[in-house]
Amino acid sequence: MSISTIDPSLRHQRREQALMTLLAAPAVLVIVALVVIPVGWLAAQSVYDNGFTLEHYRRIFTEEVYWRSFALTFRIALMVTLLTLLLGYPVAYAAAHAKRPWNVLILACVMLPFWTSVLVRAYAWLVLLQRTGVANQLLERFGLTTEPLAMVHNELGTVIATVHILLPFMVLPLYSTMQKIPRELMLAGASLGGGPLYSFRHIFLPLSLPGVVAGLTLVFVLTLGFYITPELLGGGRTVMISMVVSRNVELYAQWGAASAVGVVLLVCVLAIFAAVGRIIPLDKMLGQK
Amino acid sequence: MKTSLLPRLAFGLLIGLILIYLMLPVLIIVPMSFSSTRFLTFPPPALSLRWYAEYFGNPNWMQGTRMSLMLGVLTVLIATPLGTAAAYAISNAQNRLMRSLHMVLMLPLIVPIIIVAIGIFFVYAKLGLIQTLTGLVLANVMLGLPYVITSVVAGLQSFDKTQEMVARSLGMNRLRAFLTVTLPQIKASVFAGAVFAFISAIDETIIALFVSGGQYQTLTKRMFTALRDEIDPTIASISTLLTAASFLLVLLAMSGQKKEA
Repeated sequence: MSISTIDPSLRHQRREQALMTLLAAPAVLVIVALVVIPVGWLAAQSVYDNGFTLEHYRRIFTEEVYWRSFALTFRIALMVTLLTLLLGYPVAYAAAHAKRPWNVLILACVMLPFWTSVLVRAYAWLVLLQRTGVANQLLERFGLTTEPLAMVHNELGTVIATVHILLPFMVLPLYSTMQKIPRELMLAGASLGGGPLYSFRHIFLPLSLPGVVAGLTLVFVLTLGFYITPELLGGGRTVMISMVVSRNVELYAQWGAASAVGVVLLVCVLAIFAAVGRIIPLDKMLGQK
Repeated sequence: MKTSLLPRLAFGLLIGLILIYLMLPVLIIVPMSFSSTRFLTFPPPALSLRWYAEYFGNPNWMQGTRMSLMLGVLTVLIATPLGTAAAYAISNAQNRLMRSLHMVLMLPLIVPIIIVAIGIFFVYAKLGLIQTLTGLVLANVMLGLPYVITSVVAGLQSFDKTQEMVARSLGMNRLRAFLTVTLPQIKASVFAGAVFAFISAIDETIIALFVSGGQYQTLTKRMFTALRDEIDPTIASISTLLTAASFLLVLLAMSGQKKEA
């Protein structure tokens, strides 16, 4: 085998690879300039304040304000994730099994809010849940309450609106997984004497688990980084991590503290994605968006 | 599978309630935008276009709207070719380098946006890009790229690449082969990606909060600051228009994609 016979194809392959890298370069450059460098800068800033220091991290882990905010954020994320699963699973099941036109109607009801601006929805929930809002009017008319409930400007309002915004991120991966489960398997289960509940528990549920994992991950991670909804519906008292970051910058000009909190949040998010990525490829998970 | 009537009815009722919860914001905002009073009472005392007049008559809202539209168009004009080129590279070269580049390109969907926002604010402060159109457009191109890339990569997956090879073996250069053979067949995916990038630019709030200002305030930034202070029904009319517009755009993008499939 002489070198000259391999060379042209190898050279061609090299050239092809170089061309593809060149084509991707402008897009990669934009991401590097506007995500990688800014985030890297923050990371550097979190440990550098006139010399190397871990003071900002020490404060995050010892001062109660930070600690409480992290605990609150994780608690809200957990609540939101469980609620979206509880609401999303039956909806995805119905969408995957209902006949036309019902399945189209169900999917339309999931997609319309999905494409509605987050600000628009936060506004709607403010209107619905305020003291003089429709929800309180109805509760009182039906005699369920005697005075208006505080459903907004607190944790409850934040959870109601966040669940609403993230429900499609649960329904869509669930739906696409459930759609691929062959109907015959359930029929086979039934023909072998399994009742509907038995077949569901032992056939359908395990097969839908990849969708469940994808939905849980997306919703949990997205809630960790939520900003607009808690800022508008939390009434200044439900201080989630991203609000701690922005306040440290906007109100107190504490760049080091903001950066350190941001880095911890980012590490949490990346760790969760990396852990789940071992089970489900990341691009499949993000493809749902 | 035969199930008795009662559990089926209960299940249907449950689904109905969840769907109402999903639709509630849209159901509440549209009537409110046509209400004659600033309070939401049922039934609304009278219908009026008062809040639409308020929106169209207010120079601040109009300026924000123009700014957002311009931002959306500029973002699409830059993000679409950049994203399409990257998607072409990703689907043609399945080597390790390109796979890791693909992951890098998806970073805007992974990194919490507040972290990106303050990072950008900090970098822009050094470069003098705060409160500039250039700065805003660049940030929105970054946010829009993953949408264009995801959509075009999906379109290229269902496209038979040998067609482009044939065109090239018949003497077309690569660019011409792409433009005359490949692009026409994936144009619906490119269009869908462009639409999603546009919607994301119009909707973006958090980065705009940090880097836009002065004469370059976007509509969403004005809405956010207005919402923080009070419940202003003008926002109901803006919200109705925004929802209708994004819904129409998505329908347009989807109908194009269906034809392609």
